[in-house]
Amino acid sequence: MFPLPVAGCLMVHTSRTDGPMDIKHCDFEEPLVEIQQRIDELGSFSTTEGVDFSAEIAKLKGRSETMLGEIYSRLTPWQIVQVARHPQRPYFLDYIRMMSDDFEELHGDRLFGDDKAIVTGFATIAGVRMAVIGQQKGRDVKENITRNFGMPRPEGYRKALRIMDLAARFNLPIVTFIDTPGAYPGLDAEERGQGEAIARNLREMALYEVPIVVVVIGEGGSGGALAIGVGDRVLMMQNSIYSVISPEGCASILWRDATKAEDAANALRMTAGDLVGLGVVDEIVPEPVGGAHREPMQTAMTLKEAILRSLAELQKQPKQRLVERRLEKIRRIGPVLDQ
Amino acid sequence: MAWFSKPKYTVLASSKKEQQSRNLWTKCDGCGETIYNKEWEENLRVCPKCGHHQRISASDRILLLMDEGTFREEDAYLRTTDPLAFSDSKGPYREKITVTIAKTGLRESVIAGSGRIEGIPVEIAAMDFEFLGGSLGSVAGEKICRTIDRAIRHKRAVIITSCSGGARMHEGIVSLMQMAKTSAWLGKLKAAGLPFISILTHPTTGGVTASYASIGDIIVAEPGALIGFAGARVIEQTIRQKLPEGFQTAEFLVERGFVDLIVPRKEMKSRIAKLLRYLGCKA
Repeated sequence: MFPLPVAGCLMVHTSRTDGPMDIKHCDFEEPLVEIQQRIDELGSFSTTEGVDFSAEIAKLKGRSETMLGEIYSRLTPWQIVQVARHPQRPYFLDYIRMMSDDFEELHGDRLFGDDKAIVTGFATIAGVRMAVIGQQKGRDVKENITRNFGMPRPEGYRKALRIMDLAARFNLPIVTFIDTPGAYPGLDAEERGQGEAIARNLREMALYEVPIVVVVIGEGGSGGALAIGVGDRVLMMQNSIYSVISPEGCASILWRDATKAEDAANALRMTAGDLVGLGVVDEIVPEPVGGAHREPMQTAMTLKEAILRSLAELQKQPKQRLVERRLEKIRRIGPVLDQ
Repeated sequence: MAWFSKPKYTVLASSKKEQQSRNLWTKCDGCGETIYNKEWEENLRVCPKCGHHQRISASDRILLLMDEGTFREEDAYLRTTDPLAFSDSKGPYREKITVTIAKTGLRESVIAGSGRIEGIPVEIAAMDFEFLGGSLGSVAGEKICRTIDRAIRHKRAVIITSCSGGARMHEGIVSLMQMAKTSAWLGKLKAAGLPFISILTHPTTGGVTASYASIGDIIVAEPGALIGFAGARVIEQTIRQKLPEGFQTAEFLVERGFVDLIVPRKEMKSRIAKLLRYLGCKA
């Protein structure tokens, strides 16, 4: 259905998630593991003993699905953190592969190097040309070393800025995909001005005269996420998170105990629902029962529709009005009392 | 403090903590030397022995920079709505704010207003570390944006003196968004053709470094100031090695090209005024 030769992906291999696979269960999915074990037992019994357990197996499968639905209908913030960080969750390039007709990766910041924790390029989605920017995590140790666990360095943010500048000059809408634990806190990143790189992006993104759609697809880790996150429309996948600090980091500072991360996750209001309430997020993109990693293609199609709908709405607005509205929206976040 | 007499017509609240700690002698945090207070104050709290610049309050910073009697505070009574209804192990954020106000005599981490530097009208926002580590929350963000709004309205330069641990965790995502908000407004200031001078003092870190502090048209730092995005401990944990001596200091950032110049406190006012004149600001 979707042509797959994606130039950038061939150069740096990133595993796909759109095929069938064994789902790794989160801690809170423990009851499902037990049912699955019994299904497997009955299955092997059927073959070795020649007894037909298909009715029981079907019943157990039904129970498993109901239970999955129940678990996912009342996820706690801390459980959502687990889903957002799930190792099989679709990443930026997975979505691009599943959603786009074409993708041409563009490399480098023209100043220092090519940061593979941020992937940038041109994409065509359902015939619409656009610039896409996304943070990219790896699936295994090797990939994660290449992608630096999705933690960009200044050259990544400067590459993103270069591509967004291009988009603004040549009238392409910009779609960014946020999925990072945070900007890389390393010696080299500091030396090359991590703070300056993030800050400059915030200032420039606010004023581009093309539509900008931001999607939080997994982890929205603080300034490192925001640096590609200023836009006209902010979408957030149902089981993703977005916060000023990780729950672990917050717990170790404010609770002085990193094991209190669950308390911090509750207090920080980092889920999609919370962020809509705070005026930061405009739309929640629903995920299939059990999370995006269980049905990547279905998730991608839902997201594709949401992105195209947002872009179509934004394209109708005159450029000046677009920027005015973007600024008004940013300004309204965090109302204050005047006594 | 001895090095300026507090003029009647300013509306600055001096830090209570400072008032209480007026002893006869002060121990320098840099070299440990004991210095007679009168000398300490006359030297603008810079150690005469080692040159260490001790942290000063936002109000002292403003009085240091502004012509006497010209500063008028704006938006002094803005207060946070506690957008997350946040509580940690020590209790609700709301109570923390109330206690901090009582303890410090400050109302928020930023004092903003209008004034003159050697006759040049400017809009200024100064951060105070005593108020929750100078953290950037909704009030600080809004005050800075209003400072920029006034500058655009009156065609003036903006000066922000930073002194902060970063974004205020108690306001979660809302504090993160203040980084976008203040940087966006600096974009508007830039488009209006008006200058922004960013003054970095010890310490300037985290979300403040990753927003307005780092995008001044001119960036000035005090000697020895700690300036960086990630905390030293976090970096050491990440790279599993000790950081080199002098890493993330003002001097380091000048070497790496991220700070224009280092100016000692005593010369700060005259050098800023000179820079403003080069940028076309007139008295």
